[in-house]
Amino acid sequence: MSIFVDENTKVIVQGLTGGQGRFHGLRNRDYGTKIVAGVTPGKGGTDVDGVPVYNTVKEAVDATGATASFVSVPPKFAVDAILEAAQGGITFIVCITEGIPAQDEAVIYNRLVEDFPGVRLLGPNCPGIISPGKCNIGITSGDIALAGGPVGIVSRSGTLTYQALHELTQHGIGQTTCVGIGGDPVPGTNFIDCLAAFQADPETKAVMMIGEIGGSEEERAAEWIKLNMTKPVVAYVAGVTAPPGRKMGHAGAIISGSKGTAQAKMEALADAGVHVCLNPTEAGEKMVEIVKAL
Amino acid sequence: MDLFEYQGKQYFARYGIAVSPGDVADTVDEAVAVAERVGYPVVVKAQVKVGGRGKAGGVKLADNVDEVRTHAGNILGLDIKGHVVHRLWVERSSDIAKEYYASFTLDRPNKTHLGMLSAQGGVEIEVVAEENPDAIAFLTIDPVRGLDLESARRWVSEAELDEVAREQAAQLLVKLYECYTKGDCDLAEINPLILTPEGKVHALDAKVTLDENASYRHPEWEEFRATETEDPREKLAKEKGLNYIGLDGTVGIIANGAGLAMSTLDVVNQVGGTAANFLDIGGGANADVMAAALQVINSDPKVKSILVNIFGGITRVDEVANGVLEALKRVSISSPIVLRLDGTNAVEGRAILAPHLNDRLMTEPTMLDAARRAVAFANA
Repeated sequence: MSIFVDENTKVIVQGLTGGQGRFHGLRNRDYGTKIVAGVTPGKGGTDVDGVPVYNTVKEAVDATGATASFVSVPPKFAVDAILEAAQGGITFIVCITEGIPAQDEAVIYNRLVEDFPGVRLLGPNCPGIISPGKCNIGITSGDIALAGGPVGIVSRSGTLTYQALHELTQHGIGQTTCVGIGGDPVPGTNFIDCLAAFQADPETKAVMMIGEIGGSEEERAAEWIKLNMTKPVVAYVAGVTAPPGRKMGHAGAIISGSKGTAQAKMEALADAGVHVCLNPTEAGEKMVEIVKAL
Repeated sequence: MDLFEYQGKQYFARYGIAVSPGDVADTVDEAVAVAERVGYPVVVKAQVKVGGRGKAGGVKLADNVDEVRTHAGNILGLDIKGHVVHRLWVERSSDIAKEYYASFTLDRPNKTHLGMLSAQGGVEIEVVAEENPDAIAFLTIDPVRGLDLESARRWVSEAELDEVAREQAAQLLVKLYECYTKGDCDLAEINPLILTPEGKVHALDAKVTLDENASYRHPEWEEFRATETEDPREKLAKEKGLNYIGLDGTVGIIANGAGLAMSTLDVVNQVGGTAANFLDIGGGANADVMAAALQVINSDPKVKSILVNIFGGITRVDEVANGVLEALKRVSISSPIVLRLDGTNAVEGRAILAPHLNDRLMTEPTMLDAARRAVAFANA
C-alpha cells in the first residue's frame, strides 16, 4: 500500500496551462498518474495535450470526480488557488509554489483547519509526493524512485528528497511513498502526519526521515516516535555546519538563538531510538542493513 | 531581512506607532544638525544589526552640541562585535518611568501567531523567560481572526502593565499587530516599550525582520535592501539573484536546493574541509545562473577549490553543464572545479562536459567522492 495517494487517485492541475504546470503535469501523467483535468480561469474548454481545462476547480471536480489537486501557480495566486481547491471539493492538495509569504501561509493553514477539516495540504514549497509505480504529483523525477516498498520517505527538503530516493533505489530498495513536506515555516503536512500514516501502512516496514535546521518539527517528531512508532526510522538532519541567524535558503531553515540546531534535533531523534546518520549516503547504507534484517 | 533600528522605527511610524522624534546621521555634522532640530537632550545610537550596543559604548546621552560632537565622533567607526558603525540614529531623549516588552512572531509548532508582552522590559526577553517566565503574558492569535482591541485590552491587564499605560498600550499593540501582519514581518519587537513620567507610551527601540517572500507587495522595502549587506561577495550574489551566504572556509560550494546545499557544507566538513559559502542556485537554474554562481565564488580570494553538487529535479543537469562551460568562457576560474551530477538529464550533462574534463575540471560519481576530492585540493 501507499499513503495519501495511489493508482486510483484522480488529479487536477491548477495552472496546467503555465510553463511549469504543463511540464510537470504532463510528466506526472506520463508516469502513470491519473491527471484528469487542468484548471485555469478563462481557459475553460481548451486542452493541454489532450487534458481538458476548466475555468474553476468546482467544474473540474464535477466533471471528473477528482479528489487531488496539484497547485502550480505563482506565489501571488497560490493561496487563493488552495482555497478554491478546498471549496471545490478537493481533499488532497499539493502546492509546490515557492515564495509564498509566511503571513499568507499562516492564514490559509488555519482557514483549512477551521473550515475544511477533511482537507490535507502538502506544502507549499515542496517537491510533492510519489507512490512509485502508482502516482506522482509534483516535480520529483519518477525514474529515481523504485516501486514495491518497503521504505517510506518523509523529507523537509526538496533536493535531499531526491537524494534519499536515489540512495535507496541504487541499493535496490523500493519505496511505498515518498513525501516532500517542504521547508517553509507553516507546512500543511508535517513529519508526524506522515510518520503516523507510515506506521499504519502495512506495506511500509521502515521509514527514512530527512530533516533540516530551524523550527522544532524534528523534535516533535522524535517525541511522537518515542511514544508511537514501532517501525525502524533512519534520520538525517541537514545543516550541522550552518551558522546561527542566517536563513539557509528555505524560509524555515534558520537557527534562532539556541533553538533549531541540527545537533539538538539529532540528539532528540537518537533519544527516541531513531538511527541518526551524518549524511544521506550513510542513511542509505543504514537503511540497507535494516531492510536486509527485516 | 533584518532592519536597522532606524528603519524599524520608520516602519513602525507607517503604521501609526509612536516613536521618538529623530533622524539618521552619517557624519558628526549631520548628527549635530539632527540634535539641533529635535532639541536636547538627545540620544546618539549606533546603527548596527547586533545586540549589546549599549555595553559596547554605542548608545550615549548628549545634553549639548559639544557632547553630540564627542559621542558621534566616538561611535562612528566603532567596531561592535565585528559590525562597524557607519550610521547613527539621533533622537530626542525620553524620560522613562517604566520599561515594557512587546513582540509578535510566528509560533511555528502551533502554526498561529504569538504575542509576547511583559511589564519587565528593557532586558533581553530570553533572560526574563528563563528567570521569571510568569512575567511574560503570551497570547496565541488565530491568523484568520487577528487581534482586536478587546483582546488587546485583556492582554495588557493580564500582563499587569501600569493602569495609566493600559489603554494606550492596547491600541499600540493592535497597530503593532497590523504592522506585523500587513507589513509582512517575521518579527516585530519593541524593547523597551516605555511609559514616560507624563503617562505617554511609545517605542524606544525597534527590531523588525521582514519576510522577503512578501517583497513583491512592498515596493517600499527597496530602500531597506540597499543597506542590507556589507559583505562584497553577498552584494555581488544579490545582484545576480543568487541565494548566497558568505562563510570563512576554502571550498566554494554550489548546489541546487537549500537542503542539498546545507548537506554539501556538512559533508565537506565531515571529510576535513571548510566551506567558503552556502550557495543554492535554486530550481530551474540555467546556464546564466550557473555562470553567475561560478563568477561569485571566483571573486572570493579564500576559495581554493569549487564543489558543484547538482541533483536535477526542475533543474536540468545538461543546462548546468552548459552553464559551467559558458562560465569558463566568460571568466578565468582560478580554482579547480569538482562536479557531482545526478538527476534529470544527468547523462546528457555528463556527456556535454566529457570532452572538456582535465585536471582543473573533473567529475565524481557521488557527493562524498566529490567532497573528498574538492577538500583534497583545498587542503593541498
